Amino acid sequence: MSSASAAAEAAFRRERAAVLATLIRQLGDFQLAEDALQDAFAAAIVAWGRNGVPQRPGAWITTTARRRAIDRLRRERGLADRVERLRVLAEREAAFAEEPEPSAIVDDRLRLIFTCCHPALALEARVALTLRSLGGLTTEQIARAFLVSDSAMAQRLVRARRKIDIARIPYRVPADEELPERLGGVLAVLYLIFNEGWSASGGERLVRGELCDEAIRLTRMLARLMPDEPEVTGLLALMLLHDSRRAARVDAHGALVLLEDQDRSLWDRGRIREGERLLEAALARGEVGPYQLQAAIAALHATAPSVQETDFGQIAGLYALLARAAPSPVVEVNRAVALGRSDGPDAGLAVLAPVLAGGALDDYAPLHAAHADLLERAGDAAGASAAWARAAACTDNAVERAALELRSAGTCARPRPSRPPARSR
Amino acid sequence: MPEYMLLIHAPEDGFSRGETSAPWLAYTQALQEAGAYVAGNALQPAETATTLRVRDGETVISDGPFADTKELLAGYYKIDVPDLDAALAWAARIPQIERNTVEVRPVVVYA
Repeated sequence: MSSASAAAEAAFRRERAAVLATLIRQLGDFQLAEDALQDAFAAAIVAWGRNGVPQRPGAWITTTARRRAIDRLRRERGLADRVERLRVLAEREAAFAEEPEPSAIVDDRLRLIFTCCHPALALEARVALTLRSLGGLTTEQIARAFLVSDSAMAQRLVRARRKIDIARIPYRVPADEELPERLGGVLAVLYLIFNEGWSASGGERLVRGELCDEAIRLTRMLARLMPDEPEVTGLLALMLLHDSRRAARVDAHGALVLLEDQDRSLWDRGRIREGERLLEAALARGEVGPYQLQAAIAALHATAPSVQETDFGQIAGLYALLARAAPSPVVEVNRAVALGRSDGPDAGLAVLAPVLAGGALDDYAPLHAAHADLLERAGDAAGASAAWARAAACTDNAVERAALELRSAGTCARPRPSRPPARSR
Repeated sequence: MPEYMLLIHAPEDGFSRGETSAPWLAYTQALQEAGAYVAGNALQPAETATTLRVRDGETVISDGPFADTKELLAGYYKIDVPDLDAALAWAARIPQIERNTVEVRPVVVYA
């Protein structure tokens, strides 16, 4: 590719999300906007490659795409309301042409993210649509990240856009009374994208960094658009604090390195500082929520010089607050682990007892590993061995299972007896 | 404005009728007052349903509803509202929603 067309492509990618968001509003049709944008992309590569990138690339793409959309509407004979839509578009053309630069209209991207994350869409469709419409990844890249074929991902996207158009999923920021719930849904999608990159449930690599990067980029955009929502800022802080450990999480052979074994000099200080700063700003608003609490826990880990010097007492306290804000037995397991470190194994076991009795996490390996670790440190070797065996039985991953079986047999190859079972990675 | 069908699926024992018809009347009236009402009816119990299929030119008529499931189509509303969120808001207000399930489907518009 020539450097001129490379520059054209880069400029196009920068403008893409903002232009798409504006086009969807102007055209009132998600799929048509996407198709018209594809047409405009082809036109831009040719024109910009020849004449250079125009001064206002966003306005150029928007106008070109709108013309292409009108061409498409004229060709589509099957469309029942095309005459009406053409009339409306022609009528509004003058007003559209005078709109400011698309990147200046932040509201359109905010509308777009709420539409992409609408609960009437399947979760996997929300994730794909958010990445494709607002992120910088191509359909092929998203397909690879989620381990499905290109055609399956393309179809997933087309189906989602068709549902938005046919069922008339509204293109707007929800009203105040709906906002908390719907914003929670948007944040859940963004965090899911991050976690999919972070935990890499499948695939060749342990961390799919491009998904983490996209999640951070999108959350950063949302935090800019909604500066008064501390949970958005809290989620951004949480992602940055986790992501600061990316380089230390995988060893030279590509294997996972647990938090306590990581080389802390590899942690990204810039990300940690930014995460801390964002978290402080969010907390200062006095509306604490689950993401801010998780970010606060991550910050205590990220700023501790070593595992031994980590403030587990405060971490346990934060887990207690988190358990109140978003009750879950998994949170209780994490609280038990932290408390076991700050107040001793018996304190941890006391928290774990009702979780074990509850039965909801019977097949959750980290629960049994946490139990085993606490029993071991409390001096109950037989109980610990049984719990390690139970943890092994719940694990699908062969490497992890072998390690847990070794511990059950009491022939631990690791020098330290207290591997923290919480899945803080 | 787009039209939506609110297809109300109820547990096998159907709507409890008689004295509980008041909330349905109130709901219908609320739809009418909002200008959203197009049509609406309760259906007789699924055991009165007859299903017909024609396959290879042969007509097969059988007793019972199309899908034999725990929740059965028991009634519907057809409403006219601006978008899906408005339709979902109406669906959430359907009487006995805690035990019923509502499928919201856009209606095809022919030119």
